[in-house]
Amino acid sequence: MTKQRLKARIIKYFLQSCGSLSIIIVLLIFLFLFKEALPFISEPGIGGLFHSVWNPVSFQKEEFGLLPLITGSVLVTLLATLIAIPFGIIGAVYISEVATAKEREVLKPFIEILAGIPSVVLGFFGLIVVAPLVKDIFGLNTGLTALTGAVLLAFMAIPTIMSISEDAIKSVPIIYKEASLALGASRIETIWKVIVPAALSGIVASVMLGMGRVVGETMAVMMVTGNAPVVSFNPFTSVRTMTATIAAEMGEVTFGSSHYASLFWVGIVLMLMTFVLNLVSYRVLKKYGMIDK
Amino acid sequence: MVDIQTGNKIKIRVGNMNFFYGPVQALFDINMDIAERKVTALIGPSGCGKSTFLRTLNRMNDIIDGTRLEGKVLIDGSDLYSPMTDVVGLRKKVGMIFQKSNPFPKSIFDNIAYGPRIHGVKDKKDLIEIVENCLIKSALWDEVKDRLDTSAMGLSGGQQQRLCIARALAINPDVVLMDEPASALDPKSTLKIEDLISDLKKDYTIIIVTHNMQQAGRVSDYTAFFYEGRLIEFDETEKIFTKPNQKQTEDYITGRFG
Amino acid sequence: MNKKRTGEKIIYWLMRGVTYSVVLFIAYILLDILIHGLPAISWNFLTGFPEKSGAEGGILPAILGTLYLVIGTIVVALPLGMFSAVYLTEYSKQNRFAQSIRMAIVTLAGIPSIVFGLFGLGLFVITLNFGSSILAGSLTLACMILPTIIVASEEALKSVPKYMREGSLALGATKWETIYKNVLPYALPGMLTGAILGIGRAAGETAPILLTAAAFFLPDLPTSVFDQVMALPYHLYILATQHPEAQKILPMQYGTALVLLLLVIGLNMAAIILRIRVRKKYKW
Repeated sequence: MTKQRLKARIIKYFLQSCGSLSIIIVLLIFLFLFKEALPFISEPGIGGLFHSVWNPVSFQKEEFGLLPLITGSVLVTLLATLIAIPFGIIGAVYISEVATAKEREVLKPFIEILAGIPSVVLGFFGLIVVAPLVKDIFGLNTGLTALTGAVLLAFMAIPTIMSISEDAIKSVPIIYKEASLALGASRIETIWKVIVPAALSGIVASVMLGMGRVVGETMAVMMVTGNAPVVSFNPFTSVRTMTATIAAEMGEVTFGSSHYASLFWVGIVLMLMTFVLNLVSYRVLKKYGMIDK
Repeated sequence: MVDIQTGNKIKIRVGNMNFFYGPVQALFDINMDIAERKVTALIGPSGCGKSTFLRTLNRMNDIIDGTRLEGKVLIDGSDLYSPMTDVVGLRKKVGMIFQKSNPFPKSIFDNIAYGPRIHGVKDKKDLIEIVENCLIKSALWDEVKDRLDTSAMGLSGGQQQRLCIARALAINPDVVLMDEPASALDPKSTLKIEDLISDLKKDYTIIIVTHNMQQAGRVSDYTAFFYEGRLIEFDETEKIFTKPNQKQTEDYITGRFG
Repeated sequence: MNKKRTGEKIIYWLMRGVTYSVVLFIAYILLDILIHGLPAISWNFLTGFPEKSGAEGGILPAILGTLYLVIGTIVVALPLGMFSAVYLTEYSKQNRFAQSIRMAIVTLAGIPSIVFGLFGLGLFVITLNFGSSILAGSLTLACMILPTIIVASEEALKSVPKYMREGSLALGATKWETIYKNVLPYALPGMLTGAILGIGRAAGETAPILLTAAAFFLPDLPTSVFDQVMALPYHLYILATQHPEAQKILPMQYGTALVLLLLVIGLNMAAIILRIRVRKKYKW
């Protein structure tokens, strides 16, 4: 009997430690980002991060201003979100309210496939097909622009926005719909004036989750945005995002150098941005019972 | 332990029992002696605590977070809720039949062999014997003997419930708890279950929750009436149904509320 | 009235158009890569080593490298994720500890893959001194896909009805016996769905292995978990952006892209099909 209890206790503690692993990993991630980033504070000093020039490899003056990288990420993310929103939301409404059951069965796996395409493949496609298209359409010198990156990233955000918005729309109580229809509203009116507003917080959360995914995306942006670390809000210029900076430069830095440490600061900023986006959307979804506690 | 008045051997003694779901008290100061090899029915309107009470007898409430019990529940004189009690050993002694028949999605044979296997019966011959015996006891043998290795999910509702009874008997319990075992069945299957209960009381102490008063009257020797978490009256079934002491019991029996 | 109906029809068609344009875009990507990639694929391409820094020859080391990484990842992440889910659904109470675990899982799921790369670099490659290796890469990817596996496993466990647990406990089985014999077997297929999705994600990721495991060209296949590997996504990235004659070796790029895409989509489809079959098999 005591042996059985001991066994039960051991199993419980074992499972508990497996369960705590997620917490431990999150803590370790924070710990190691800061550990590697820390030396930067004493040399060359944390103030260096607030400059507006990113030029980490230079014989005259190394500059570690994060501003161009942040604006690069923000520009690409906002553009991508703007492109993704109509497709994502209209798609979600269409799939949940208009499409026939058969159509839905085809559409949903298709969208799931889109979510599964590796970003490097999407980046490759962007490089070979989308970039030349952007170049020709807008008459630019190069197709490697913020806009090109945004188009690709939009398609990475669409599956997230679609599937979570769809859940939000589905969770709108059917009585709303029936009440509206009973009052003589048409189906279209019911959809856009009753259902979508009722699901709005879920839809907003889905957009934020999509943005979280876009901000953190690395390969596709690195391959098609041209990698020019300049402060710009023009969609037709080349920019460089935070993610691309880390991926492109980490391979060439000397371990322990200021440049090395500065890339971890980029990681910290990136992590905090996605953390906030995810936290807020998680809270919203939880509040509306779309995630169980 | 023997009840002085009736001469019955007492199987389960419940003393000053209070039960809580978190901050909500569900049972109030229950005192009850349950006789061995008799059928005791628990009746009362829904939400009166009869199912909760039943589930305290094999500590099934333990699975629910935040439940707490005060007082004593003795089975054969040993305290069920003492910290030293082996809950698993206890559940082996107390079988349970649920309201919704719940065969596992396994074959008929594997359903019944599940308990014995857990408790260490490995020999195939022994298992076959147990399965056959239990199916005979639960009056299901003739209907399923040719298809023991087909899925239990293919049985009818009444057969499924009898299978669950066979499954409970397979662990060789002393006590069988039944939580509205026939509430989801048609009248014919219900009758079969009731016959079965009368047969089983030769060997087992049976406690049955039911919302059907005719059923309580038909199958039980003793009846306990619960209302709002309290045990209002507990006596021989005949007495409860003919001249109850309490006004509330009478009102409920005669259908004036509930 | 009739005018209103026509208007409505137009709106429906607009919505349909928007939705299907996404589908069209996906189909275009898939077809483009299929059409240009297929001619590049040959026996030699799949089983040969790269020559002239990837301009000719095959991609075998990259395929094997990805395979090694994925196997390492799943070996680590699957058991941990499954046990973690068992703890959350079967053991944990609704308390702060369980809530912090859930919060951590949500946080993990949202962390950008490149940040996982930084973390893996700091912890596995440098601090634990595994170097850039299969081990470091697999562990990094395992951390990344852990949330996917936990969430899918939890869902699978929750889909097993409560009465399966009660029925077993009432027969005197211990909690663990109940979980092991009467819950896990029915949750396993659903858990595997999550695992396959996780594998698909790990196989396609580039950013984390860029910092922890991948090399562009290695003359030999890896012989231990402490060796660097080539990997399909990284190979494609280098061929497409870093190669001096990137334009000339398009077929090699398309071929690599197609192999990677088939691998990842194949895994995703397998997960989808498995999920549908599971739902049909156990209708509780």
